[in-house]
Amino acid sequence: MARMKFLCDAERCIECNACVTACKNEHDVPWGINRRRVVTINDGKPGERSVSMACMHCTDAPCAAVCPVNCFFTTADGVVLHSKDLCIGCGYCFYACPFGAPQYPRTSNFGSRGKMDKCTFCAGGPEPDSSEAEYRKYGANRLAEGKLPLCAEMCSTKSLLAGDGEIIAEIYKERVTQRGYGSGAWGWQTAYREPVQV
Amino acid sequence: MLTKRKSGQTNRTKLQGMMGAVASAHLDRRTFLRRSGLAAGGLAAFGSFQLGTIRKASAISHPEPGVPIELRKSVCTHCSVGCTVTAEVQNGVWTGQEPSWDSPFNRGSHCAKGASVRELVHSDRRLKYPMKLVGGQWERVSWEDAINGIGDKLMEIRQKSGPESVYWMGSAKFSNEGTYLFRKLAALWGTNNQDHQARICHSTTVAGVANTWGYGAMTNSFNDIRNAKTLIILGGNPAEAHPVAMQHLLEGKELNNSNFIVMDPRFTRTAAHATEFARIRSGTDIAIIWGLLWHIFENGWEDKEFIAQRVYGMDEIRKEVAKYPPDEVERISGVPGEQMKRIAQMFATQKPATIIWCMGQTHHTVGTANVRASCILCLATGNVGKPGTGANIFRGHDNVQGATDIGLDVVTLPFYYGLTEGAWKHWSRVWEIPYDDLLAQFDSKELMEAPGIPLTRWFDAVLLPKDDIAQRNSLRAMFVQGHASNSITRIPESVKGLAGLELLVVADPHPTTWASLAVKAGRKEDTYLLPVCTQFETSGSRVASNRALQWGEQIVKPSFEQKDDYQVLYLLSKKLGLADWMFKNIAVEGDRPVPEDVLREMNRGGWSTGYCGQSPERLKAHMRNQHKFDLVTLRAPKDDPEVGGDYYGLPWPCWGKPELRHPGTANLYSTGLHVMDGGSPFRARFGVERNGETLLAEGSYTVGSELTDGYPEFTMAVLKKLGWDKDLTAEELGIIQTIGNDMGSIDKVSWSTDLSGGVQRVALKHGCHPYGNGKARAVAWNLPDPVPVHREPIYTPRVDLVEKYPTYPDAKQFRLPNIGFTVQKAAVDKGIAKSFPLILTSGRLVEFEGGGEETRSNRWLAELQQDMFVEINPADASERGITDGAWVWVSGAENNSKARVKALVTERVGKGVAFMPFHFGGWLHGEDLRANYPKGADPYVLGESANSITTYGYDPVTGMQEPKVTLCQITA
Repeated sequence: MARMKFLCDAERCIECNACVTACKNEHDVPWGINRRRVVTINDGKPGERSVSMACMHCTDAPCAAVCPVNCFFTTADGVVLHSKDLCIGCGYCFYACPFGAPQYPRTSNFGSRGKMDKCTFCAGGPEPDSSEAEYRKYGANRLAEGKLPLCAEMCSTKSLLAGDGEIIAEIYKERVTQRGYGSGAWGWQTAYREPVQV
Repeated sequence: MLTKRKSGQTNRTKLQGMMGAVASAHLDRRTFLRRSGLAAGGLAAFGSFQLGTIRKASAISHPEPGVPIELRKSVCTHCSVGCTVTAEVQNGVWTGQEPSWDSPFNRGSHCAKGASVRELVHSDRRLKYPMKLVGGQWERVSWEDAINGIGDKLMEIRQKSGPESVYWMGSAKFSNEGTYLFRKLAALWGTNNQDHQARICHSTTVAGVANTWGYGAMTNSFNDIRNAKTLIILGGNPAEAHPVAMQHLLEGKELNNSNFIVMDPRFTRTAAHATEFARIRSGTDIAIIWGLLWHIFENGWEDKEFIAQRVYGMDEIRKEVAKYPPDEVERISGVPGEQMKRIAQMFATQKPATIIWCMGQTHHTVGTANVRASCILCLATGNVGKPGTGANIFRGHDNVQGATDIGLDVVTLPFYYGLTEGAWKHWSRVWEIPYDDLLAQFDSKELMEAPGIPLTRWFDAVLLPKDDIAQRNSLRAMFVQGHASNSITRIPESVKGLAGLELLVVADPHPTTWASLAVKAGRKEDTYLLPVCTQFETSGSRVASNRALQWGEQIVKPSFEQKDDYQVLYLLSKKLGLADWMFKNIAVEGDRPVPEDVLREMNRGGWSTGYCGQSPERLKAHMRNQHKFDLVTLRAPKDDPEVGGDYYGLPWPCWGKPELRHPGTANLYSTGLHVMDGGSPFRARFGVERNGETLLAEGSYTVGSELTDGYPEFTMAVLKKLGWDKDLTAEELGIIQTIGNDMGSIDKVSWSTDLSGGVQRVALKHGCHPYGNGKARAVAWNLPDPVPVHREPIYTPRVDLVEKYPTYPDAKQFRLPNIGFTVQKAAVDKGIAKSFPLILTSGRLVEFEGGGEETRSNRWLAELQQDMFVEINPADASERGITDGAWVWVSGAENNSKARVKALVTERVGKGVAFMPFHFGGWLHGEDLRANYPKGADPYVLGESANSITTYGYDPVTGMQEPKVTLCQITA
């Protein structure tokens, strides 16, 4: 079975935010919740680079390790999902996540933050695939339809890649062979505990 | 902006509250649609829109299991790349969007705007019903009452002040067919006061480039840039303005290891991916290009053979360029000579090379001269007419190229025929309306043939004394269909103009800043808003920047009382008594003219620009067969039964009748191809000889041409001389004879006036090009500066250079005085540059487009850019005690203008430069005008308009405004 991964080629990312609005469009994510966002470093200076970030669906996901109610699970494709029925909105996963992926609908200082929401790799949640209940809680399930995450499919410069980890690493390696290493596959080492072998 | 740009977090608190409150008071239309299974309108209080909570249950429009999904294709409405949008439609509701893998333009990709177009259609902030001001309040009216009220008032004004007192402001958001109907309506109404966004976008490109080599459009295509080994982006920021084009640019850069050079006042997001960046002073493009050419001529890097065969007047360029040695160029532009030499060498010797520009070159008083200099750089180095070369001009709106071609423009009838008697007679033959009847609609023959007033100056035409305006009366009415008001400079004066109008009509999907500023100006009556469909709710063709036509189908029907552009124009022309003329040869179904029929009429008249071969049937076949076109050449395999040998979208010129199956022209002026493979020489547009020197090509011709030297444009006289008139069919000859009788002699009938297509067919049959085989003009003797020279902007910080490089002298242009020289002199005399020391320039953000009302009404985009801002260099900020994210006042050099915006302190702009995005509106001088919008139709995000600070300045050739350079001061 394929191990699904994300890879953002920072040499290509132009911070156009297509990934952000594609995600909003596909899952009808409310205002204020950003399952995916683009972060820019050295903004406006030589060396400026942008990276599109969301849940990277880590190997040995740190969010799962700290969750007090054990609401996370990893699918056979390597996608890290969670159950909103179990989530208590404690926010531990937010602190554990190296990518700032977990999002919460409420911002008050006291009480629950509401059920955590994050990128599902367009793979829904524990409910039956493509059911109304699944859509309500987690958004569309593209993987079940044989499609990949819409953010990557719509990326303007083919910077954001999603899919079988080996295939996207191969695409990236081809680019690096052609043009040189550049800024690297940002976050890959952190998420998957391995570099992209070039 | 601020929070996102710095930390990647969006501001959640401010608008969240506002959106929740406003949205819950209104219908959640999508829920309604989904539950009722209807796409029809109506109001009912279904589930509310609770933002900030997980509320998917109440507001979804996702694919419902078991309901069949229909896929429909249209084209994104946000820029000129022409990305295909693939929509999933269930029960008439747009429930999803899928990547359009088959399109050779976008290969599945979108930018933030393209990935959220579904929300444009669903947006709760659209105009739903016709509205009018009654006692200063917006009230709903019926379409019938609105059209009657507007029509009666228009006729009253016509009676009183003549047809020229009504201004028809159309749109680059129209389809070609909408554009054509709008253009035709203005002609039948009897005025040339009709214009659209090209005026403030690329009017200078069109004028300057066409005056150089024939047509004023992108020579190659986004895809073709993949072939370039060197590219200079001078005055463009495709990473924000044309993001999907960057796919082709960046892949090309990686595959060719190409030189990716950005020259810009700002270190743009595009510059972040460049191999070389040069920071230039705004408004010094000519000095930059002459500076590059200085090194090229000095080192003998020019393409001598190309110049000898295909260019007229390069010696005069040499003389001018000699005046721009490296130290002078550095003094003017700030770019050091060493870097200039490096860039010049790359462009001239690492070929193919292309120059790319957008509004950085065009938005100037010297815009026309700027783009001419860029073309001359291509000509001098032989970088035009081959893959990977050319002037790749990135147009703005999704159909600004089409709307330009179709002559929604003060200087011409459709397809650049101009306004001469001959042009009017050509169209009177196409329209089958007697010429004398057309003439009778105008105030005079003189005004019928005189360019109208550019839209940049509509308010001057309202406010200036009557004697200063070369027509019977000043402007009394504005009919605006699809154009922002905040994208035009000098907003404080346009507000006065709004107050002075007798009638204002705005037909648009959104109320736009016309509505909010009209109320601010004190208008109480005679102001109408007509709700119009987006292009996703109608069908028609649109032209991408590379001149390719794409047919978009209707994705969904409008949900409320919106009507499409065709319907609006039908109802209005019927009310004005012009419908019989308008639709003589165009079928009307109910109140909707059939767009396919409109396109067929365009095909019958569009010979001059090669809009004759793109029938609706061919265009639809292209959309069906997108996957067959090559990514780089854009060509389909020759053996394909439907689209064999065609270039994608039949990029104009596509000669002859559709049956001739000309493939379109992918790269203009490519002599390395046969004319029937899309080859073409430079257009012989400017005569055959000047001062004893030939203007026809020498020893250069397209592959397979039977004439192996330059030749003039084809007329019947030329055909007869060659003995090729025998190749005409009897039917063709009959039509030509009839036109000849009309023109006084059959010999005068040419490739552009022959309605039979015979002249074009015969020329092509012999491998020749209908428009002739001429030289490009390095010297354009009909322009104010035949050879471009550097001229300082009207408001310049470099007053020391004004004496040597003054702006153009005052003159009367386009019926109005242009007093740029006086304004520049006064600014210098008064020491404006001392009180307003910062250069203010403007540009685009990726999330928004144009005046921005529609994108600021899209919640997914609005969330990403919530505040109007000004970029300021850290050194300038610290001098003024300004911190990042703080509110500041930006004040302008005219009208005591000021704007309240947030400061973005960044090194993106150099010291002494400030930058503002031009998409905001709905505030004026610190005042929030949200209450001036019709209830519920206000965009989510409002802000000060950059153009409330911009100032006087107009290109003498086109009336282009100057929003890229003015002066300002910023205070904490």
